[in-house]
Amino acid sequence: MANSIHQRSWPLVALSTGFVLLWLFLAAFPFIWTAWGSFKVEADFFSRADWMNAFFGPATEAQTGSPFTGSGYYGAWIEQDFWKAVLNTAIVVIATVTISLTVGTLGGYALARSGFRYTFWLLIAALIFRAMPHVTLVSGYLLPFFELNIWGYLITTIIVLVAINQPFTLWMLHSFFLTIPKDFDESAMVDGCTRFQAFRLAVIPVMWPGVVTTGLFSFLLAYNDFTVTSMLLSQDNHTMVPKINSFLGSTQQEGKVMYAVAAAVSAMAPLFVLVMVFQRQIVSGLTAGAVKG
Amino acid sequence: MPHRTFLAFIWPSLLAMILFIAVPIVSVAYQSFFVEHQQVMTEVESCGPFGCKSEMRVDAAAMAELRSESPMGRFNGLGTYTNASHLAFDEVGAAWRGSDSLGEFIRQVMNLPFYKALIFTLSYTFIVTPLVIVLGFFIAIAVNTVSARLKGPVIFFSLLPMIVTPLIGALVLFWMIDARGVIGATLQAVFNDPQLSLKASPTLTWVTLFVYGVWHSAPFAFVVFYAGLQTVPQDTLESAMVDGASRWERIRFVTIPYLMPLATFIALMQLMDNFRVFEPIIGFSAEANASSLSHMIYTDLRSGDFPLFGSAAASSMLTILGVIILLFPVLIRTWRDFGRKA
Repeated sequence: MANSIHQRSWPLVALSTGFVLLWLFLAAFPFIWTAWGSFKVEADFFSRADWMNAFFGPATEAQTGSPFTGSGYYGAWIEQDFWKAVLNTAIVVIATVTISLTVGTLGGYALARSGFRYTFWLLIAALIFRAMPHVTLVSGYLLPFFELNIWGYLITTIIVLVAINQPFTLWMLHSFFLTIPKDFDESAMVDGCTRFQAFRLAVIPVMWPGVVTTGLFSFLLAYNDFTVTSMLLSQDNHTMVPKINSFLGSTQQEGKVMYAVAAAVSAMAPLFVLVMVFQRQIVSGLTAGAVKG
Repeated sequence: MPHRTFLAFIWPSLLAMILFIAVPIVSVAYQSFFVEHQQVMTEVESCGPFGCKSEMRVDAAAMAELRSESPMGRFNGLGTYTNASHLAFDEVGAAWRGSDSLGEFIRQVMNLPFYKALIFTLSYTFIVTPLVIVLGFFIAIAVNTVSARLKGPVIFFSLLPMIVTPLIGALVLFWMIDARGVIGATLQAVFNDPQLSLKASPTLTWVTLFVYGVWHSAPFAFVVFYAGLQTVPQDTLESAMVDGASRWERIRFVTIPYLMPLATFIALMQLMDNFRVFEPIIGFSAEANASSLSHMIYTDLRSGDFPLFGSAAASSMLTILGVIILLFPVLIRTWRDFGRKA
């Protein structure tokens, strides 16, 4: 009987396999296409004559002598100083994730272990804060930051991103901490640990999977942010995403659009690696809030 | 945990949220009652080869002094909220009196910037969210049926549209739908219309943005549903089968009710995220045909030499009001749940 539930008629299997393949194509094709096309010249990637040009690259071969060219990458990374934006992104992302997790684990642990009514209100406040469009918050930062003369620096952006990250981090870590039995830290405290020692020595070692998962989402939020980084950083300190956006404004002229394509592909590459390595954690993180709540 | 220890653990997090989320909201509320200083004009005599004439110029020095004296601008009360680029009471009233039919009235209101942005934001939120849930559900059902060897790669590629930076995801599609890009050129060939452009008409731009939104968020719904499907009780499915339920009936009467709480969760997350739709409008360069509330604030802050703080703040307050209305049912439900537990 148990087998017959999993027995499928072949039309159904064919139909669902077809549907999955179609979805796979829709999800993956744009990225593969753009990554492939970033090694061509503009005349091939944007080819009116025949879309196959972007695939085989006749114009690229005519202009550079080989069907692949790194000129888009050279232009973006070297001529337009994209490497600086990459460096800035690395600084912002690493600092944001580290600080968010440190602050967030402490807060999430407190929320999970305290039984008072105010924890509920704090979580609700965090939920409302999470729903705030970031640009409304940014419109509140600009004037004070101009007045205090702290606008445009990486450190300001890092602190803002940490704060914007907090509501989400708190919710996620709080629900991970709830899965760890209270006996764990209580028995440590009976053995003579202080609350903080119990947290650090007994709880954190079993919390690593939750911390890693939450860290991934903090990473994505900081890495993918456009609103905060584009409004709060000066031109020199721009991270990758606002930098790519500024390419679009200034590089409408012939040939330069490939710089933006190459830069976009460069910015996507780390995300691909991230998904490949941490697929399981990302899936568990997405479902953590849902399945338990 | 005693209050003292609780505070010791949570204060850094709390401080960050108060300083950078709660205080800015209050500061935005305060800022929304002010507008920029009026231009200080001075009369300047300018003499050229064809004689002298006097003209009015902006006195930059006086403006700078005024700004440093009171950076907030001058008090305007609720004036910014009711002006033409926000709630536009006068214009809506005039449109109501001046138009003969409801359609004409709606058309006139749609030309006002705030209502244009509001209607796009609401359409985006309430069209994309259900489509994401439905598409995600079908992908999850289909992936659950295919062979186990396919599942790993399917999940990997499915995650990409969601993980990739929204602005970059939008740009990737934007380059493809360009008249010279692969999708744009194909569409022109299919419809045999060399003038066809997805960027030119407002309707097609809206549809493009909606398609982007579904493409970007469907993976999220898919992953959540897929994880839920693994925990559907097999006993119930078997007994439904014994009772003669067809495959569709089993999905309809066992799986869907079981996944309902997940659908609510996805809907909540999607409503919050779609309401602040912003990056796709930048990525698709769709400013001319579509504008969202977030995008409206962004353009105010980006305008000219000096950001329009008052206007941006008023739009922000109206947006926050929208978020609260959107979350209200959830808040009430959470409150009831909490009351039941206590």
